[in-house]
Amino acid sequence: MDVRDLVGEAVAGMLARPVRSALTTLGTVLGITTLVVTLGVAATAGNQIVGRFDELVATAITVEVPETEHVPLVEWDAIDRLTRLRGVVSAAALAEGKDGANLPVRSNDLVDPARVTTQSLSVLAASTGLPEALRGRMVRGRFYDAGHVRRGDRVAVIGDQAARLLGVTRLDPAPAIFINGHAYTVIGVLGDLRRERNLGSAVIVPPTAGRRFGLRQVSRVLVNTDLGAAALITRQAPAALSPGNGDMLQVVAPPSPTRARDQAQEDVNALFLILGLVSLLVGAVGIANVTLVTVMERVAEIGLRRSLGAARRHIAAQFLLESTLIGLTGGVIGASVGVVAVVAVSAAKQWTPLLDARLAIAAPVAGALVGLLAGLYPAMRAARMEPADALR
Amino acid sequence: MPDQVTERPVAGRPIDTRPVIELADVCRDFPSQPPVRALSHVSLRVGRGDYLAIVGPSGSGKSTLLNVLGLLDRPTSGHYRLDGTETTTLREKHRTRLRGQRIGFVFQSFHLLPHRSVVENVMLAEIYTGQPRAGRRGRALAALERVGLTHRVDFRPGRLSGGERQRAAIARALLGNPSLLLCDEPTGNLDSRNTEAVLGLFDELRAQGMTIVVITHEQEVSTRAGRRVRITDGTLLEE
Ligand SMILES: Nc1ncnc2c1ncn2[C@@H]1O[C@H](COP(=O)(O)OP(=O)(O)O)[C@@H](O)[C@H]1O
Ligand SMILES: [Mg+2]
Repeated sequence: MDVRDLVGEAVAGMLARPVRSALTTLGTVLGITTLVVTLGVAATAGNQIVGRFDELVATAITVEVPETEHVPLVEWDAIDRLTRLRGVVSAAALAEGKDGANLPVRSNDLVDPARVTTQSLSVLAASTGLPEALRGRMVRGRFYDAGHVRRGDRVAVIGDQAARLLGVTRLDPAPAIFINGHAYTVIGVLGDLRRERNLGSAVIVPPTAGRRFGLRQVSRVLVNTDLGAAALITRQAPAALSPGNGDMLQVVAPPSPTRARDQAQEDVNALFLILGLVSLLVGAVGIANVTLVTVMERVAEIGLRRSLGAARRHIAAQFLLESTLIGLTGGVIGASVGVVAVVAVSAAKQWTPLLDARLAIAAPVAGALVGLLAGLYPAMRAARMEPADALR
Repeated sequence: MPDQVTERPVAGRPIDTRPVIELADVCRDFPSQPPVRALSHVSLRVGRGDYLAIVGPSGSGKSTLLNVLGLLDRPTSGHYRLDGTETTTLREKHRTRLRGQRIGFVFQSFHLLPHRSVVENVMLAEIYTGQPRAGRRGRALAALERVGLTHRVDFRPGRLSGGERQRAAIARALLGNPSLLLCDEPTGNLDSRNTEAVLGLFDELRAQGMTIVVITHEQEVSTRAGRRVRITDGTLLEE
């Protein structure tokens, strides 16, 4: 039998009952649409999550510095060596009290018995690059500079939450705060932290001033790298910070960006994939059902074809091809509707639609496969009919 | 009554004096409960160009005999030669091919596909026989001309009269020049006028050398055939 004849017969069989064929494709259309939409939206949404992951996590490195008896492992000026490395965007060294030890801080020296003005806040010393290292900004005023540090000026920068707690709203009268009873001038308020947000309630002083509170040794270094440079900097940072003793430092590297992406996408995809596959299964059962009904209705036609010389495999091939074409049609329609839906959802969410071209090709193929599988049993039933019985 | 072999050439095939049908001691048992012997030791020869009517009451085994003759069913025992080929030992594949190439079926209920035009229905007879696609429509049109339906070529079967439908079905059976036209109650669904038209067509085909076997219980039909056999409870008797 010529393949063109086979295709012609299958197409004619499908078009003989156009409404039924259209309704039969519906299940597959639904299934494929669900699959394409869910995979497409998952990929698109996954991409959005990754976008944030990349920016926030994938470039943040923290170096933990253990405390030593005499010579500190990391000197304050070692930060300069670190920032000179290619791929380092910003870095800052911090000296923090043990266990986040807090100190009493109040905003003026008048003790009002009516309200508690003394707050217990964490006090830390930091190098001048801290605002950038925390990916924050100066909400008010400015951060101290190398001059303040060199001169040992008694200046402080406070986090925005600390400012609220202490009632520091304006900087023009050069407000003073008292840390453990020592007066400091507040020159800036640091806020909008996108890293180490808890430092919003901290009081930050220059390293030279921090000695008074026992903040001598650098305890942590915060580093931000270019996207993709994290792995390299993770290897290079210890030696840059502490030549000769780099192996004593502990580097907390970000999770690898690819892993972050895979994880995010896998979680979403697995759920949606199951949903789409269930829809496809429903579509397959629909096709199988209708094809079986069609076979039973066309018993006489099967008998006629056998009388005209059709072998069992010709009958099987025709019904298989008919159900495959129905599945394929459903797949093509479903893929089209799905792509439109993904674009629409992305537009509504202001996302960049991310559609794998392979998905647009695989969807119709999947539809055809569903039709093929669904047609197996009905086709077998049709082929097994005895021609004499079919013509009775 | 001796077998009458008409040595008239069928288009495209050389003169063949072998009988078209040779049934020898054929039995067909159905293993139902209780078992039924639908054909009992049937022997029959049908020569080329014969026009044979098989008559008998309902349930006598006419359809079973037709199925055996049409290679739609295998005898339980005995031999069946079609055009000199022993068919009872043939593999299913070869029986199917032989059926498609040598036998044209005509059914009581026409079995035309309702969604295809008349000519498309006729062309259907070629798609399983290995005939080339080229020229198929022309051959189908020629077959339609033989049955006098050239004015209905692109009609759907639903718009034809009963007689026209049966003529379309006969055209389909004629496509590919079969050795044998097997007809099961071909006029069972037709009024007397259309019956007459179909019988007239059989006469013409017979005159052209076609071998025709008709199952019928209509007197009118059986008297037109050159030869009649009666089947009763699976046993064949020449009349
Ligand atoms: N597939 C079958 N299984 C069992 N018995 C059958 C089968 N086909 C026919 N028969 C029996 O064989 C006998 C002949 O049937 P059939 O050839 O159809 O008769 P007719 O066509 O002359 O009416 C009947 O008794 C019928 O019941
Ligand atoms: Mg019968």
